[in-house]
Amino acid sequence: MPNSSLNSGPKVGLFVTCLVDLMRPSIGFAAIKLLEHAGCHISVPESQTCCGQPAYNSGDTKNAKDIARLVVDAFEEFDYVVAPSGSCAGMIKEHYPKLFADDLDMTPRVYNLAQKTHELTSFLIDVMNMQDLDAKLDQKITYHDSCAGLRELGVKTQPRQLLAQVEGAELEEYEGAETCCGFGGTFCVKYSDISDHMVQKSVEALADTDAELVLGGDLGCLMNIQGKLSRLKDEGKATNLKATLKVRHIAEVLAGMADNASIGEPDG
Amino acid sequence: MPQSVNPMVEATSIQFKSNVKKALVDEQLQKALGNIKIGFVLNRKIASERLEEFEALRDRARDIKTHTIAHLDAYLEIYQQNVEASGGHVHWAQDDTEAREIILSICQSADAKTVTKGKSMIGEEIAINEHLEENGVEPIETDLGEYIIQLRGEAPSHIIAPACHVSKDQVADAFRETHTDLPEGRSLEEPDELLAEARAMLRDKFINADVGITGANFLIAETGTSVIVTNEGNGDLTQTLPKVHIALASIEKVVPTLEDTTTLLRVLARSATGQEMSSYTTFSTGPRRAADLDGPAEYHVVILDNGRTDLLAGNFSEMLRCIRCGACLNHCPVYNSIGGHAYGWVYPGPMGAVLTPGLMGLDEAADLPQASTLCGKCEEVCPVRIPLPSLLRRWRDQVYARDLGDWQTKWALKWWAVFAKRPALYHFFAGPKMRMLASWAKKQGHLKSIPSLKGWTNSRNFPAPQGKTFQQMWKEQKK
Repeated sequence: MPNSSLNSGPKVGLFVTCLVDLMRPSIGFAAIKLLEHAGCHISVPESQTCCGQPAYNSGDTKNAKDIARLVVDAFEEFDYVVAPSGSCAGMIKEHYPKLFADDLDMTPRVYNLAQKTHELTSFLIDVMNMQDLDAKLDQKITYHDSCAGLRELGVKTQPRQLLAQVEGAELEEYEGAETCCGFGGTFCVKYSDISDHMVQKSVEALADTDAELVLGGDLGCLMNIQGKLSRLKDEGKATNLKATLKVRHIAEVLAGMADNASIGEPDG
Repeated sequence: MPQSVNPMVEATSIQFKSNVKKALVDEQLQKALGNIKIGFVLNRKIASERLEEFEALRDRARDIKTHTIAHLDAYLEIYQQNVEASGGHVHWAQDDTEAREIILSICQSADAKTVTKGKSMIGEEIAINEHLEENGVEPIETDLGEYIIQLRGEAPSHIIAPACHVSKDQVADAFRETHTDLPEGRSLEEPDELLAEARAMLRDKFINADVGITGANFLIAETGTSVIVTNEGNGDLTQTLPKVHIALASIEKVVPTLEDTTTLLRVLARSATGQEMSSYTTFSTGPRRAADLDGPAEYHVVILDNGRTDLLAGNFSEMLRCIRCGACLNHCPVYNSIGGHAYGWVYPGPMGAVLTPGLMGLDEAADLPQASTLCGKCEEVCPVRIPLPSLLRRWRDQVYARDLGDWQTKWALKWWAVFAKRPALYHFFAGPKMRMLASWAKKQGHLKSIPSLKGWTNSRNFPAPQGKTFQQMWKEQKK
């Protein structure tokens, strides 16, 4: 893909997210390819780790603030901050201002950062107006809207507008698209039986479609859904599920980088 | 009867996790929960989409409640003056004990043997039925759902559909067991037949009751009126036939004007059942006047605090906007998985997870605000736009500060924070750890068991990491 406007385009700091960093770097590289194609100049600050959401959602405000300060320090210099996750972008955009509501020094800084932080697909459409995607995929797909992206950031049409530009991709919506899959960060381990019950329902809803590939914008949800699909197959309980049903992050498909092993599947 | 325990007295929120385990394998409950989605959820969607100004009405409803709660003392005083001006009595109850005593003494002054009851969540909260029974007054629930669970000796599992966990066969069983004069061979197969049976049974009770107790959806300050909405008309019979009517409410039910009440009524039924209006909306102002054809000779309102002023002072004032429509329950994936009884007390679902720790103490209900993915669906459908996920987080702050959560999660998070706050340390350890996990997965692409993530791997495979971390690869590429 061309990146001719490398010098004139906006300076974007990529917030990789800890899950992508640790579990699936290919999503990070796909995000970079897309952002460069859109004409952005990308930096990946080395001092980033996590957005602090696990601490924040567990009531550990002190650690959440300490982690958030690192993110603010590392990213406030950029024109935009983009994350391949609605959950982490939502944390920075919606929750950092609340976290520092009583801190007069931090308040302007977190507001400034919140203003310019975006989830990947919404950034590509709403800010960069990307219309010339160069990707092919010969598969029936369905899309899972992650809760934070959908309800905190209003990410709904943007991934679909991008998928419509992928040659050969046929989108079939599924009934559970907007229903929480039960991941919920630490929830999936702390209340694992409720979480399992929820993801079971998501997977049953997926079985009602003809999709061969489930896409989404948040790796946590995708790992949860794939983990359940995979276990049901192991147990021979996935009779009404297509054995071929795979799970991927949307960035990999949009960037034309969906040739590697999909989530939870072996190489080759 | 299937159960004889008194669930009101023995709140079980503290054993939430074991309640959950039972609920998840209860096939009949799971089947019943499936009906919520096709009923309430779909109907709310249709009703809200059909009314162009629905979103604007929600804003208005939120603003009315926010304003009222900010001036709660003033509106309650106006309300009291207007009730008294119309010949009624207002009683203030600091807590459940006081409320029970007030109600019992009104019943005793009326020499009451039986009391009919309309549906009242405050009645559940103060466990009024048990108290009346213990003191020789027989309470009879007249809302069909409440009647069913009264026969079954259960607590409600939903704030507007108290028996939504019960199948129609179970209703028939409860009737056969308790309606001793039921003719043999009487069919109780169809919902209509069940309804007719309950109606026949309750008719005499309505006529013979000495006192009628109802809840109140709203208390209108400017007129001193209490309002109830029902779909069965049982509330009207309960409050007009006996010589004494007691309306039970909590402090946040007050609304300034009639006009405000109509706004709230427009969002209430649509959010609750998807109806434009409930079948019956009844306004009660004072006792029967000389020219009235019917109505009670005495009209009492018992207004309960029971911890609500603490919520108001303690950063949870938004919760007092709640109009008890049940939409957050209906749309909650957790409620839909475990049902209402698992929450262990009167108020289930997201609203219950915020309210219960406030009313009975966080120590007794620490799991409730934690058992949520914070998916935000509740806030999306709340007619008065209560930021339920934010309120759940506020409880979590206290759970953490007071060390009421489980130590495993706390330690895992503490360790995570140690690394997350030190990027160099994080990168140093992350690489080898991920490569190790990737090599464990070998050629499968996933792991079937990780001892430290048993909660996950007991029921799900864990997708393996690709190997190197992104940061590592990025650094290598940049060289």
